[in-house]
Amino acid sequence: MFYIFCPYCGEHREEEEFHPKGQAHISRPEDPEATSDEEWGDYLFFRDNPRGVHHELWVHAVGCRKFFNITRHTVSYEILEVYKMGEQPSITAENYAAQQGAASADKERNASQAKHQEGVRA
Amino acid sequence: MSNAQQFDTRLVGEHAGEIAVESPLAYSMHRSGAPKAKADTTVTLRERAFLGHLTLRGGAIVLDEALRDVLGMSLPGEPLGLVQDEAGERSIQWMSPDEWLLIVPGGEEFDVERRLREALGDAHFAISNVSGGQTLLELEGEAAREVLMKSVAYDVHPRHFPVGKGVTTVFAKASVILRRPSEERWELVVRRSFADYTYRWLLDAGEEFGVGVER
Ligand SMILES: [Zn+2]
Repeated sequence: MFYIFCPYCGEHREEEEFHPKGQAHISRPEDPEATSDEEWGDYLFFRDNPRGVHHELWVHAVGCRKFFNITRHTVSYEILEVYKMGEQPSITAENYAAQQGAASADKERNASQAKHQEGVRA
Repeated sequence: MSNAQQFDTRLVGEHAGEIAVESPLAYSMHRSGAPKAKADTTVTLRERAFLGHLTLRGGAIVLDEALRDVLGMSLPGEPLGLVQDEAGERSIQWMSPDEWLLIVPGGEEFDVERRLREALGDAHFAISNVSGGQTLLELEGEAAREVLMKSVAYDVHPRHFPVGKGVTTVFAKASVILRRPSEERWELVVRRSFADYTYRWLLDAGEEFGVGVER
């Protein structure tokens, strides 16, 4: 069982009710006539394939049938956040890396403190 | 203002009875049978065929106002909500942020649709009569929840699925609208094309509980 939170239904639902729809936040060029072939090709065919934080479009296909966004980690598969259409993610590759860096620095500090305390006790 | 017209496609007057109207399960019951309830039956299945099903789409505020005017009912205030009128004959269910399913006694749907269109006037909305495309099944009895637990991944425990809730979810390998209008009764709104599959699945899943079909 793998649950995904639908922001429109407001509850976790079984994964089989959902379909992934690829990279999120891809906007159609406003003026296709003025778009170069390369830009149009990028828009149509080229997608990011990051190792880490990725923003994806999903649809609650057997449910409310609404599209929404998921910020997902492509290595751990962890869903970091879910947000509605038209909204922006609060977790990005940049701030996630900074946060992880801070967390591991914390861990090291705690570890050295623990060592220090043990030293005192001894 | 409104240019609402009523297109009643039923055959009435001298044309009544020219085309036999059959429920989506007419053939299934004929072919797969309809077992009668026995002394040890703990779940009952019945089809509520030929009800009026209307899909309402648009903004919650304008639709709520129109529905109050026409039927004296208000839209469910929360996602996954199911509201019934006092008699339990009419219901309105949240389907998505801009879509609701209205079910009324059979034959009323044409009139209700026209009155809703009149009440909505120039608002941005859509109403579709989907009565012919789906049918409503009822499961009742102490084993009803057991049958559902064999059929859907969705959590149907009363703690998670109280009366007045309704969801669209996966049922076996089909999709179904599952709703709980009362403590002892569950409703399944199924597509006409999946009605036979769902019916036979329910007969099979209900066999160990002595499922009885009421016709
Ligand atoms: Zn949903």
